[in-house]
Amino acid sequence: MDPVILARFQFAATTIFHFFFVPLSIGLVLMVAVMETFYVVKKDELYKKMAKFWGHLFLINFAVGVVTGIIQEFQFGMNWSDYSRFVGDVFGAPLAIEALLAFFMESTFIGIWIFGWERLSKKLHLACIWLVSLGTALSAVWILTANSFMQVPVGFSIKNGRAEMNDFLALITNGQLLVEFPHVITGAICTGAFFVAGISAYHLLRKKHLAFYRKSMKMAMIFGLIGSIGVALSGHSQAQYLVKTQPMKMAAAEGIWEDTADPAPWSGVALIDSENHKNTFELNIPYALSFLSYSKFEGSLKGMETLQKEYQAKYDSIVGEGTNYIPPVKTTYWSFRLMIGFGVLMILLPIIGLLQLRKGRLDKSTLLLKFFLAGIAFPFLANTFGWMMTEVGRQPWTVFGLMTTADAVSPNVPAGMILFSTIMYLAVFTILFGVMVYLIVREVKKGPEQLSGHGTHLTTDPFKVGA
Amino acid sequence: MELSELWFVLIAVVFIGFFFLEGFDFGVGMSSRFLARNQTERTILVNTIGPFWDANEVWLLTGGGAIFAAFPNWYATMFSGYYLPLFVVLICLIGRGVSFEFRRKVDSTRWTNVWDWVIFGSSLLPPFLLGVLFTSMLRGMPIQEDMNMSAGFSDFINLYSLWGGLTVTLLCFLHGLHFLALKTDGDLRTRAAALAKKIHLAILGSLVVFVGLSWTMTDIFQVRLVPELIIVLFIVLAYGAGFYAISTKREGWAFTMSGLGLALTVSAIFAGLFPRVMISSINKAYDLTVYNASSGGYSLKVMTIVAFTILPFVLGYTIWSYYIFRRRVTNKEHLTY
Repeated sequence: MDPVILARFQFAATTIFHFFFVPLSIGLVLMVAVMETFYVVKKDELYKKMAKFWGHLFLINFAVGVVTGIIQEFQFGMNWSDYSRFVGDVFGAPLAIEALLAFFMESTFIGIWIFGWERLSKKLHLACIWLVSLGTALSAVWILTANSFMQVPVGFSIKNGRAEMNDFLALITNGQLLVEFPHVITGAICTGAFFVAGISAYHLLRKKHLAFYRKSMKMAMIFGLIGSIGVALSGHSQAQYLVKTQPMKMAAAEGIWEDTADPAPWSGVALIDSENHKNTFELNIPYALSFLSYSKFEGSLKGMETLQKEYQAKYDSIVGEGTNYIPPVKTTYWSFRLMIGFGVLMILLPIIGLLQLRKGRLDKSTLLLKFFLAGIAFPFLANTFGWMMTEVGRQPWTVFGLMTTADAVSPNVPAGMILFSTIMYLAVFTILFGVMVYLIVREVKKGPEQLSGHGTHLTTDPFKVGA
Repeated sequence: MELSELWFVLIAVVFIGFFFLEGFDFGVGMSSRFLARNQTERTILVNTIGPFWDANEVWLLTGGGAIFAAFPNWYATMFSGYYLPLFVVLICLIGRGVSFEFRRKVDSTRWTNVWDWVIFGSSLLPPFLLGVLFTSMLRGMPIQEDMNMSAGFSDFINLYSLWGGLTVTLLCFLHGLHFLALKTDGDLRTRAAALAKKIHLAILGSLVVFVGLSWTMTDIFQVRLVPELIIVLFIVLAYGAGFYAISTKREGWAFTMSGLGLALTVSAIFAGLFPRVMISSINKAYDLTVYNASSGGYSLKVMTIVAFTILPFVLGYTIWSYYIFRRRVTNKEHLTY
């Protein structure tokens, strides 16, 4: 088998798996920090209980997120050594800074937070969880700085046969980062919010711990609404930036083969025939793509055929004659649509939920609560499809305009080794995922009253002692 | 001093930090079978490192990140060349991290036992494999002109690298025992100290053989005779002082000395490498050095400013966290993990 395909599959599988936990951690820890803040400010024990219960679920998730992230940092060297040689001068810095600035902060203060309930003053303990939250956000900043460089490379020049950094400020003020970071972080807030909302809905359906879960639900819906509107707005600015910087990705995401009319319609559904470069069926919403791309109801977009010619003229000298610059169109197109679809649901659910809450009917809206329970999955799916669009849509490039994915792979690692490690990672991940879901479901069913789950032969409840 | 040379030193410092800190929590993990006699004792052991292990592990990530940023060629050659050992280390670190969190989430002795075996195995293998990695690097690996390394079984696994792996494992084990003597009380504390004394003797033997092997199988004593001899002398002194300290119940000093021993061992390896970062066994001309493997001057300058700005804070709050949890851990209080 082709090592490039295997290495790509490994990267995709491990990254998607890792990014299952990351946004939940970022979103959930922010909510836990807010809950503990309410506890410290209002001195209401219910908020402490909330911080502990949701914090408990956060920790189970955080552990898996941390360990699956280690693979990512090693993987660049292991599977993509030619990539590392070529861009390490630029790309290595944000990764190193992420470890130094964010990982140390997260891991040190989460340790203090877990073990420090009885040893620190309330305010100091609260400061710890905020520092963890800050750490997770900083971590996102730096890893997205690295990713943004792959989408829109800036702040470098080609020297000594490789990309060398010449402007750090340009790297961290990359226009791509400025649109990508808000999109990812609001997506993470949604992930945490819908997780809390879904679990709360589950308990409200069963009429258990009503006061506790009503409060959690209300807070989650507010976070969910803020997050989902933020995701939509930042997504809009990201789309506009995309049209300017990676038009081919946008054309693929829209299934546009020939240049569009002016104003451009947005494709709702299309049956794409990527072999013959045409769509056999299209259902279009007029004006919408122009608005998405330019925030006005006029302007056309270039199609993939035009862009292929433009890219050939521009890049064939770097990567070779006759390169196909069109990414896998169907994957890009459908992941974009699925992301948007789940995003719309994520805006609607909290609006309806908050309205019902105002009318005092939330507890009785059985169907809505069931939707919220299912809604736990929406942000996860939207996040994953969003990244699929971003990364698959950039192909054949690994760094846009600079290096193709095929050139990035380690030349000295045999395909069998990548296959073997991939199978092992998947096996371990499957076990981890099973255990984590099992533990979270267990804790959720127990509810906030019996938090522990720890052994009874030493002490009963890790959070109860002295509380 | 050139910036690339400074970064070689900084990376050595990060690995010293890693082995000093994660070294003892690896050792505690090993002690969960070699010292603890039942699940209650294992629980106490795990809780001594509870607040720290995660941050300790970050030193390894920082080391990896720093090599990537400062020496992309070193990172690319080493990580792709040492694919299999690093893969095993990764699997171990994954298992280890979740085991601490999961081990008492279900109230069942069998459940806890499974995760405790994972903790044991994944605390034993990484220091061994990292020992193998660093010592085989010192001996030289088949690196070709294009900087890529395609090593066979005997390049990874040979008498020297196995002995290096064993020695590093023992050093971490001892460091963990000293930490336990410092952080537990009663019977566990006494037994940790007693076992530590025996391990001291094993380390003495192991180090003598290791120095002998290094003399014949590497060029580090030719490259840097006097500095290496001085470092070896200080390693011997550190472990001598450690033995004396643990015998006289000065546990803080014992811990300091075994940490110093690890720090000096890492220094000996890095001093032996310099100015090379990866030694080619095929041709001296193919060696990766701090000069041909490093990032450009601008990138290194940025990284230097960033590192010297952030590192003091990291050290500050790390020390603070050890200060908060300075008390001995017993089962009279509640244990989180």
